[in-house]
Amino acid sequence: MLMINLILILLVGGLLALLSERLGETVPRKVALVVVLVDIVYLLSQLSAMPQLTQLQAPMPDDPGTWLMHFKAQWIPAFGINIEFALDGISLLMVMLTLVLGAIAVSSSWTDVTTKQGFFEANLLWTLAGVLGVFMALDLFLFFLFWEVMLIPMYFMIAIWGHENRGYAAMKFFIFTQASGLLMLVATLALVAVNHNATGMWSFSYFDLLNTSMTEQTGHWLMLGFFIAFVVKLPGFPFHTWLPDAHTQAPTAGSVILAGILLKTGAYGLIRFAVPLFPQAALDFSFVAMMLGVAGVVYGAVLAFAQTDFKRLVAYSSVSHMGFVLLGVYAWNELALQGAVMQMVAHGFSTAALFMIAGSLQERLHTRDMREMGGLWQQMPRMGAVAMFFVVASLGLPGLGNFVAEFLVLLGLFQVNPWITAVAALGLITGAIYSLILMQRSFQGEPNARYDSHGLVDFAGREMLTMTVMMVALVALGLYPQPVLDIAQPVLQSLLDLTSVEITP
Amino acid sequence: MNSSQMMALMPILTLSLTAMVLMIQASIKRDQNIAWWITAAGFLLTIWGAGYARDFAQSVTILLEVDDWGLFFSTLIVFASLVCLILSRETFSQEAERKEEYYLLLVLSVLGAVFLIQSSHMASLLLGMELMGVALYAMIAFPEKGELPLEAAIKYLVLSACASAMLLFGFALVYAATGDLTYAAIGAEASLAYGREPLVLMAGSAMILAGLGFKLSVVPFHMWTPDVYQGAPTPVTGFLATVSKGAVFVALSRFYLEAELYQYDTLIAALSVVAVASMLAGNWLALRQNNIKRLLAYSSIAHFGYLLVALIAMSIVQSIAQAQLIADAVTFYLTAYILTTLAAFAVFAQLSGEDDSKSMIDSFDGLFWRHPVQATGLTVALLSFAGIPLTAGFIGKFYLINVAIESQLWTLLIALVLGSAIGIYYYLRFIFAMSKTSLATVKPQSEENFSAQNVLATVLLILVLVLGSWPQPFIEFAGRL
Repeated sequence: MLMINLILILLVGGLLALLSERLGETVPRKVALVVVLVDIVYLLSQLSAMPQLTQLQAPMPDDPGTWLMHFKAQWIPAFGINIEFALDGISLLMVMLTLVLGAIAVSSSWTDVTTKQGFFEANLLWTLAGVLGVFMALDLFLFFLFWEVMLIPMYFMIAIWGHENRGYAAMKFFIFTQASGLLMLVATLALVAVNHNATGMWSFSYFDLLNTSMTEQTGHWLMLGFFIAFVVKLPGFPFHTWLPDAHTQAPTAGSVILAGILLKTGAYGLIRFAVPLFPQAALDFSFVAMMLGVAGVVYGAVLAFAQTDFKRLVAYSSVSHMGFVLLGVYAWNELALQGAVMQMVAHGFSTAALFMIAGSLQERLHTRDMREMGGLWQQMPRMGAVAMFFVVASLGLPGLGNFVAEFLVLLGLFQVNPWITAVAALGLITGAIYSLILMQRSFQGEPNARYDSHGLVDFAGREMLTMTVMMVALVALGLYPQPVLDIAQPVLQSLLDLTSVEITP
Repeated sequence: MNSSQMMALMPILTLSLTAMVLMIQASIKRDQNIAWWITAAGFLLTIWGAGYARDFAQSVTILLEVDDWGLFFSTLIVFASLVCLILSRETFSQEAERKEEYYLLLVLSVLGAVFLIQSSHMASLLLGMELMGVALYAMIAFPEKGELPLEAAIKYLVLSACASAMLLFGFALVYAATGDLTYAAIGAEASLAYGREPLVLMAGSAMILAGLGFKLSVVPFHMWTPDVYQGAPTPVTGFLATVSKGAVFVALSRFYLEAELYQYDTLIAALSVVAVASMLAGNWLALRQNNIKRLLAYSSIAHFGYLLVALIAMSIVQSIAQAQLIADAVTFYLTAYILTTLAAFAVFAQLSGEDDSKSMIDSFDGLFWRHPVQATGLTVALLSFAGIPLTAGFIGKFYLINVAIESQLWTLLIALVLGSAIGIYYYLRFIFAMSKTSLATVKPQSEENFSAQNVLATVLLILVLVLGSWPQPFIEFAGRL
């Protein structure tokens, strides 16, 4: 029940936030913060009661009993559709990331959103609820449902509170994800039909579908349906074009959620579904996928370098960073997968922080154009120092989380394909270039005289607190990544075992 | 005809009774209010009658086949008419004179539709369709002062007449080939006849399908749809979109299945072309519409394209389970479509009334902040049309994709997915317009008044959501039909 409660708290909390607007303009954001914090506390309190966490065992994909938690109830028996949730190490990591970044997103909307705050916070909480559902649902129908439903509040967040070109961006975001989601729906149904023909029973359960046997050709097509849906969300080259628009136009909290959490649903889908459901097809496809990944790494970095818009630059850097995730997943060995998981967490924090800084700048300067900035460090030293920290985190400075992640991916990838690794390593260099350019153009150099009289306000308590949370997280991930690796390890091990049995090289 | 057969005809009898009472009432005292209440009571009685007739389901003479499936759709269609009736109350109370006839026409049209649904013979098919159609011409043209309704009525009249002529010619050809007019006998005779006169039989069946296709407005017989949708008074448009199209589709499925038309590859190929063209062209043409009525017209073209997929899938059925899946898919999709359309029109009739300029996309700007309840309702309806999860439309689409995969109709499946993807765009445009904040300063206009229309819209939306999030009871119910 824990998993359902987690989602319900957010859903009901969203409703409360919406209604609380009647009590006062600023009440909804407080309600939203309390709701997310309650959710976090609830999760932690339940976790400590779970014995399995201290002695993690490998969750067997075909035996739900070995998972940290499992819940199943009938929903539409006519099609074998159940309400089935399960939690293992990776889902747990993602759920925690979602909730922490959710709290951060609420904090970042504190002064950013001025109209219709109730509806805004409600949408934010509902998006979080949808994302939690994606990370925990193990019935493919239920998974698809959350996958689609989390889009609608996100769409509203961009369409209503976005910046100047919000209509276009919101529409593009929705159509890209929805259309690719339809492909996934078709692939899911086809997979279920194959399983139905083989076993004579309808089931959408992950556990039942894992060992579906199918012809090689069918496997390839179905795998492609899932792959496209997840890679659009990731986003991988060449399906990334919605991302710069959506990220740039979204309000700050929207960007934080988009970059920090929503992109991770794509990566999670690849690890959980696209590869294990079709191990042979995924192996055959891995070279193409890795090429797309490395193309994303380099192409995203080059485009990021060319941007003048602060948010757009960060958005393109996400394309580059998520390329590493794609590489890590399709290298499909333990090191690389650990790196991918690590990247999902670390990138969540570093990018969310950069988007928050972009939001704070826009709030103060009313522009995101870096040509209008310069020398801001002098006026806002605290913000400058914070920005410096996250910029070097994002470029992969050793000692911070992102470095560990990218390093592990490259290490794992080298065993599979040294050449691709060599090219991907370029991403670290280009990453340094665009990150430093970002820093130089905005915070260093000659101060722009225009802002002298503005009396720019530096980061204050609330912002510093939020930033500190993320800084601590990144330093911890960089210096002592072992706990995260330990939580993910048994899951990855069992996934590797599962796929290696079936693959006949 | 014995008494048990009479009982089976209960819905038709109650509707006829309502029509007669209305006529008598008009000759005693002309009063719109009384006429409205008589009609409403008649519809409620008919809904009861349809339930009552379930115990007597059988074929009644060679003309009619009363079965659970037909009775379910009769109920649904009478319910849809009831909704249109409630919506009409506002619209037609403003008309100065001559308004009771409208209710009489409505009842006659429903009578035609129910007759059509239960027909098992070409004569009853034509009779039902003409009764429904002729009453509908007058209903479309009812606001006699406007130009748009007249234009719409003329267009619908002329094209429907063509369609009927085609239908009759088709009947004649099929009769010439098979020597019979009941569906079942045509089916039994057809393979023999196909050996003797393949061309005559094919041409005849194709003409019948084309005639029915006109009423369903599938491409290439769709030209009249947007103009008629736009020109007709809103409740009548709702009636046309749900009752008329729904009844014709049920009749088409019946004819198609019982006359075993799915055996012929030529017809299946033609139907596939029509389906693909409807899915793609309907969605494509809807992209540029700024008038919500025209938009719904084009989207209905696409929706009937989707539905045709299920009929085409009958041609490659291998097992009873598969046939059952297809039958369920048709039942579910049609029900979802009718409920969603009714919900959309119920909300929309309140917002725009009969003012055509208010159906333009501009007038929806910022609706969320002006009429939050209605805007939410319209959003849910549009999302259901688009097939977003948790709405009835999604489960319907889920069924159709399932059918297409089970029958391995890849081309149709691609068209379906592509059409749905295009569709999202134009539904979202309206949702985006409604969420615009430029008018954010406008306070919610008055308190939403507690009218019958509001209650109705809410009930319909709850139905759409329940059907989408907890479909199991309905699936079980549909499976028993």
